Amino acid sequence: MAEMKDIVLEYVREEYMEDEDEELNYDTPLISGGIVDSFSMVSLKRFLENKYNIQIPDEKATPEAFDTVNSIVALVQEYIK
Amino acid sequence: MSHIGSYEERVKNFDWSLAEKELEYSKGGLLNIGWYCSDRICNMGKGDKTALIWEGLGGVEKRYTFHDVRRASNTIGAFLRSLGFQAEDRVCLFMDKIPELYLSFLGVLKIGAIAQPLFSAFGDESLHVRLDNAEASAIITQRKHVGKVRKILDKMPYLKHIIIVDHDGKKELRERETVFSLEKADPVEELEIHPTRAESPSVLHYTSGTTGQPKGVKHVHYSLISQYLTTKWVLDLRNDDVYWCTADPGWVTGTSYGIIGPWSLGVTQCVLDTGFNPESWYRFIEKNRITVWYSAPTAIRSLMKAGEEIIRKYDLSSLRHLASVGEPLNAEAVVWSERVFGLPFHDTYWQTETGSMMLTNFPGMKIKPGSMGKPFPGITATVLDPDTFEEVEENGRPGLIGFKPGWPAMMRTYWKNEATYRQKFQNGWYIPGDRATIDADGYFWFIGRDDDVINTGGHLVSPFEVESALLEHEAVAESAVVAKPDDVNMEVVKAFITLKPGYEPGPDLELKIMNFIRKKLSPLAMPQEIEYVDSLPKTRSGKIMRRLLHAREWGEEIGDTSTLEDD
Repeated sequence: MAEMKDIVLEYVREEYMEDEDEELNYDTPLISGGIVDSFSMVSLKRFLENKYNIQIPDEKATPEAFDTVNSIVALVQEYIK
Repeated sequence: MSHIGSYEERVKNFDWSLAEKELEYSKGGLLNIGWYCSDRICNMGKGDKTALIWEGLGGVEKRYTFHDVRRASNTIGAFLRSLGFQAEDRVCLFMDKIPELYLSFLGVLKIGAIAQPLFSAFGDESLHVRLDNAEASAIITQRKHVGKVRKILDKMPYLKHIIIVDHDGKKELRERETVFSLEKADPVEELEIHPTRAESPSVLHYTSGTTGQPKGVKHVHYSLISQYLTTKWVLDLRNDDVYWCTADPGWVTGTSYGIIGPWSLGVTQCVLDTGFNPESWYRFIEKNRITVWYSAPTAIRSLMKAGEEIIRKYDLSSLRHLASVGEPLNAEAVVWSERVFGLPFHDTYWQTETGSMMLTNFPGMKIKPGSMGKPFPGITATVLDPDTFEEVEENGRPGLIGFKPGWPAMMRTYWKNEATYRQKFQNGWYIPGDRATIDADGYFWFIGRDDDVINTGGHLVSPFEVESALLEHEAVAESAVVAKPDDVNMEVVKAFITLKPGYEPGPDLELKIMNFIRKKLSPLAMPQEIEYVDSLPKTRSGKIMRRLLHAREWGEEIGDTSTLEDD
C-alpha cells in the first residue's frame, strides 16, 4: 500500500507537475487543485490500469476518486485481485 | 423585464450606434477597451464597487474594486512601457486564471499593445507555434510555466522579455527573465492611455483549423461595441448582478465575456481558479450569491453526471439566468437544468472569429431545447447551399451557416494569413464552418462541423496538428486523427497509427504516446484512444482518408470510396 502510494505520487510528480517546487503529498488535491485536468485524467487512469493490470470502469473514474493520491490508491485497491 | 425586451422590436429598430451612444463613443474618436473596462467605470462613480472576486486553491480569496483594477492595469501598463513596449507589440499572457491575467489583459490594451492570451495548459510545441506566428515581444507568465518557455527560448529571438509575476527568489533568473510583482510594485494612479481608435488591434486569439498551423484571429478595440451589447441583452447583466463566466481567458469566451463584457458594464464578476469539481462549483455559487452564470456544455454534462443529490446540499437560489457556449447544448441538458435549478441554460453560438455572440437564446424567449436560438439583433444569419453559397429557401434543409459581415467584433484578419481569411467569405457571406438548419420559427439547429476540426469540450483541435506531432514520436510511422463521440465532451481525439519497424503495439507504448502529445501540445489534443493499424486508408494519390475513419467511429455511411487506394 505504502509502496503503491509512492509509485503513484512519483508518477504524478514526473508527468503532471510543472513546478517542481510545488508541494505534493498523498492528500494534495490533484483534480480540484488543477494539477491534473479532466482530459489528463484519462492518461493517469491508463497508467494505473497498465501498471496494476486492472480495468477501472469509466463511471468509477470520477474527479473525486482521482483527487488525491490516497483516493486513487483506495480505488486501485478495489480492483486488484 | 429583461434588457432586451421585445426581440421583434429590437430587430426592427436595430443599429449598433445604440451601443455607441450608451458607451459615449463617437465615430472616429478614441476607443480603448482597457480604459472602458476600468477608468470609465470609476469615472461613473463606481470605483469602490467590487469588480473581481477571485478564489484559488484552498479557498484563498482576493477582491478587487474597479479602482483596484484601474490602478493595477495602470501599473502593469507602466511597467511594460518601462521595458520599452510600444503600441501593437504582441504581449502573450500565459497564466492560469490568476488575477494578474485579467489585470494584465487590460494593462496591455491600455498601452496600445496587442494581448495574445494563450491557454496555460499548452505544451511547449503549441506555445512555440503561436508565439512564433505572433512574433511576441514578451510573455507574462508564472514560475510554474517558465520551464516550457525556457525549452523553446533559443528558437525565439524576437521574444525580448519573460515576465514572471510570482517569482519567489528561490531560483535564479535566466536569460531574458524579469520579475514583476503587482503587490510590490508602486501603484500607478495615472497612466497615459495610448490613443487607440476603433480599428486599432487589440487581441490575438489562436484557433485551430483542419490544415496548417493555428491561426491568429485579429480583433480590434471596436469589438467592445458588440461585446458590450450582447453581454447586456443576452446575458442580461444588471448593475447588482454577480456574474460568473467559467471560461478561461486563454480562449475567446474568457476575454469577450470573462473580462470585456462584464467590466465594460461595471458588473461584479467571480473567478474560480481551481480544477473542475461539482461540489466546489455549487459551493462557489452559494458563497458568492452568483446571479448570472455563463458556462459550457461539457461542464454542464459533467454536473449532470455528478447527480442531483449534491445540488440539494447548496442554496443556489441566487441564480436568475444561465447561459452556455462552446459546442451545441443538447436538449437533455436544457431540460435537466430547468428541472434542477428551475432555470434553463440559454445556448449561444459564436466563435473566436466572430468575437461576440451571433445566434442566441435570450432571456424571455421561448427556448426550444437543443436549438441554438435566433440571430442577435443586427446579425443577418442564414443557411447556404454548400455548392452555390446561395441561401437555402426551404425550412429544415441543411446547409452552411452564413453571416453577413459587418458586426463590430468580427475578426479583421488572420495574423499574417490574409489568404486564409479571404477564404472564409463566399458570395458575400462569412462562413464559420458549421452546418445547420433553420426551422419555420426562425430557430437555428446545429448539425455538425463542415470540416475535420475536432470540438472537444468546446475547444477546437486541429487533426493536422496532432497528426504532425504524432509523427515526431520515434515509434510512429503514420498517423490519422479523427473525432470520436463522447458523452461529456461531445468529441474527443482518437488517433490511428502505424508503427515503425522494431516497435510493438501495446498499452505501455500507447500511454507513452498519449503523454508525448499531452506535453507537446496540450491535454485537449492528447488522443483519448490510440488504435494500432497495419495501414491507413489512402487515396490513390497517397492522401489519408480521414473521412472513412471518422465515419467508422460515428457509425455513419462510408460514402464514395472510388478514390481509395487498392491494397
